[in-house]
Amino acid sequence: MATSSNDTRQALAQQLSEQVQAAAAERTPLSIQGGASKSFYGRRDASNHPVLTLADYQGVISFEPTELTVTAAAGTPLVALEQTLAESNQQLPFEPPHFGPDATLGGTIACGLSGPARPYTGSARDFVLGMKIINGRGEILNFGGQVMKNVAGYDVSRLLTGSLGTLGVILEVSLKVLPRPAQELTLTQSCDEAEAIDRFSRWAGKPYPISAAAYFDGTLYLRLAGAASAVTAAQASIGGDILADGATFWQALREQELAFSTPGWLPDRVYGDCLFPRQQRLCACPAQPCWTGAVRNAGCLPNCQRKPCSPLPSRWVGRPSYFEAVTALTRYFSPCQLLSCNYTVI
Amino acid sequence: MTAATPAPASDKLSTPASIPDVGALRAVLARGMSAANILTEEEDLRPYECDGLSVYRRLPLAVVLPETIEQVQHVMRSCSQMGIPVVARGAGTGLSGGALPLADGVLLGLSKFNKILSVDSANRVARVQPGVRNLAISQAVAPLGLYYAPDPSSQIACSIGGNVAENSGGVHCLKYGLTVHNILGLKIVTVDGELIELGGAALDSAGYDLLAILTGSEGMLGIVVEVTVKLLPKPEVAQVIMAAFNDVEDAGKAVGDIIAGGIIPGGLEMMDNGIIKAAEAFVHAGYPTDAAAILLCELDGTQAEVEEQTAQVHAIVERAGANDIRISRDEQERLLFWAGRKAAFPAAGRISPDYYCIDGTIPRKELPFILKGIQQLSEQYGLPVVNVFHAGDGNLHPLILFDANKTGDLEKTEELGGKILEMCVQVGGTITGEHGVGIEKINQMCVQFQPAELEQFHALKKAFDPQGLLNPGKAIPTLARCAEFNAMHVHHGQLPFPELERF
Repeated sequence: MATSSNDTRQALAQQLSEQVQAAAAERTPLSIQGGASKSFYGRRDASNHPVLTLADYQGVISFEPTELTVTAAAGTPLVALEQTLAESNQQLPFEPPHFGPDATLGGTIACGLSGPARPYTGSARDFVLGMKIINGRGEILNFGGQVMKNVAGYDVSRLLTGSLGTLGVILEVSLKVLPRPAQELTLTQSCDEAEAIDRFSRWAGKPYPISAAAYFDGTLYLRLAGAASAVTAAQASIGGDILADGATFWQALREQELAFSTPGWLPDRVYGDCLFPRQQRLCACPAQPCWTGAVRNAGCLPNCQRKPCSPLPSRWVGRPSYFEAVTALTRYFSPCQLLSCNYTVI
Repeated sequence: MTAATPAPASDKLSTPASIPDVGALRAVLARGMSAANILTEEEDLRPYECDGLSVYRRLPLAVVLPETIEQVQHVMRSCSQMGIPVVARGAGTGLSGGALPLADGVLLGLSKFNKILSVDSANRVARVQPGVRNLAISQAVAPLGLYYAPDPSSQIACSIGGNVAENSGGVHCLKYGLTVHNILGLKIVTVDGELIELGGAALDSAGYDLLAILTGSEGMLGIVVEVTVKLLPKPEVAQVIMAAFNDVEDAGKAVGDIIAGGIIPGGLEMMDNGIIKAAEAFVHAGYPTDAAAILLCELDGTQAEVEEQTAQVHAIVERAGANDIRISRDEQERLLFWAGRKAAFPAAGRISPDYYCIDGTIPRKELPFILKGIQQLSEQYGLPVVNVFHAGDGNLHPLILFDANKTGDLEKTEELGGKILEMCVQVGGTITGEHGVGIEKINQMCVQFQPAELEQFHALKKAFDPQGLLNPGKAIPTLARCAEFNAMHVHHGQLPFPELERF
């Protein structure tokens, strides 16, 4: 990992803000890019704009294991950040997918993606504490902070999470982190879909240390994580077979490398965590994945995919205030609409 | 540190240039709702003159108490058209003056929205109206083995709508999060009377995360008329370890060690000697009154898990220098250990005619520095300060003891409180962890944020409320106010007490 000092970072931030200012003056749109590992994601048009690269804006700025907080520059490779945390036996609790070795922290937060732990531990935005950003005027601004409880001002850093760069250039992110669980165990059970949903709902209503759940192809997968005693007790109570290489299964689910995540393999429905269609399926949304245990009997509602290609949710149709507010938000953060403007976030 | 002129309470209560005609307003409102729910007589308005921050009081032009979402829409449409500002109010327990009325505005009370609309035990969510009390949700779902996690100390009275507006916390935030982490959906009425749904029953929804931006927005962006909350399974057991220390720094270190040990307690609270004595005298919880600080560490989960972690925490606090460690033997003793902490505020009320609660958050490692700083300020101002601390998440509540009947005491108290908050900002913390900015901390926002950031906040509000009618004057200061405040104030970044050792 390229380490950069605070001084080089400051100089680089200045340069980046000048680039945005220049683009604003010339009304030239910019495409914000970290490691380009998730450029397939989101609803965007075909236009190609000059790239504003964050790849060099790197480094863990502060990491306080006893405070459970980390602040890092947007271009920091996700791998490097996770490595730093792991050295203190901590982790990003929302298990973001990487989609390639070049994934950066900034891209991860701009996309707002989470992994299998999402329904139980929380999403990317749940763990965002603060941000340094460049708005569309080229101003460098700080929102939130590095503490867990902070209600001063609007929660702009959570608004920017998942906004695909349309509201600002993410320069630095502060996150809450958590200890890695003392023990993890994956159980499998064979059952049909309805039974799987029943079981997921029943277990989730009990104080079991569940950290992920998935169902496909006749098999239910359940990950337990926590204190050794809690995992053992839950295992005894829930039953099922132990999946020897559970970590590999969840890693593949997290990176969407299991059979059903690949184009061409389209079951009627998939109950998995944090699945969203990859590029090829982005505009068809055929599989309509659902959160396990999250919405029962509700069909496939909007799920882990924050930017679906599906038509607008019916509850927003004919609600001009919503569109006005969203359009105005974009305008007020990025007046010339020059940041990632080929993306639509509705 | 340069001496600053305080901005006394009266400074924050501006008088509008002109007051709209009440009769005309009444007539328009009565077209869409019962006249009995439109209050305009002084004696009817009086109960609404303040919220939990009672040092600021002001009568609104009118109080309206709608009973349906359609009526809220009608109120908003009417006020929008007439250009009359609206302040929303839940249970009125807020501590920062967020629901302080405006003399030329309508106070929109949501107390009649007090129904739990549905509970879905399979999906562990409940749809509730905004006026439902926080604790009432947990009580209603208790038979299902579920509860609603955020538990602000006012939970017996405060409403869920107000919790959303303030992004309320409580003593279990470290493990279970704030309001923003525990709600899934909102129905809001916009300033021009439209009903919008944000989020819903699923975990994530498409588009910008407006649910997050509405949470904690202090009634400045929209009126919350329905909330979908997450419910969690009740932990099987909970146990409290009380550890007493001769030195506050040791107690602080113990907190860091517990977390570094990979344990996330359900609750982790610290009290200093001043408040230990006051609480002990009040509820007789068995606290050692000679301790410099005590830690209350609650572990919850399954029986086996709690036993395992209790043993670990016991070893950690012992190593950190605790000289008196007690583990709750049963539920009764657990509640007794908590009783002192939960009664900390009324206990302060017993040893002083008045107290003023501050709400800063700091990186936990700065605690000894902050406590020394508070001590110095306390001596400088001649006002005693006792401290309770949500140690797990760094949220500090110093209680300044004063006498409002003593001339100048309140002004001194406010100034001292402001100084404490500014110190929190300077060590990398924030001026409010869970109580909100409201009217109370509006000046300290100028210390925490640069003008461009405040401008961005104002722009954000404008996206939702172009006319600036929703709770105007709260939460985000104008640049003019900040220019005035900063001109007579300590310079940015200049640390107070440079002579104190930092670590």
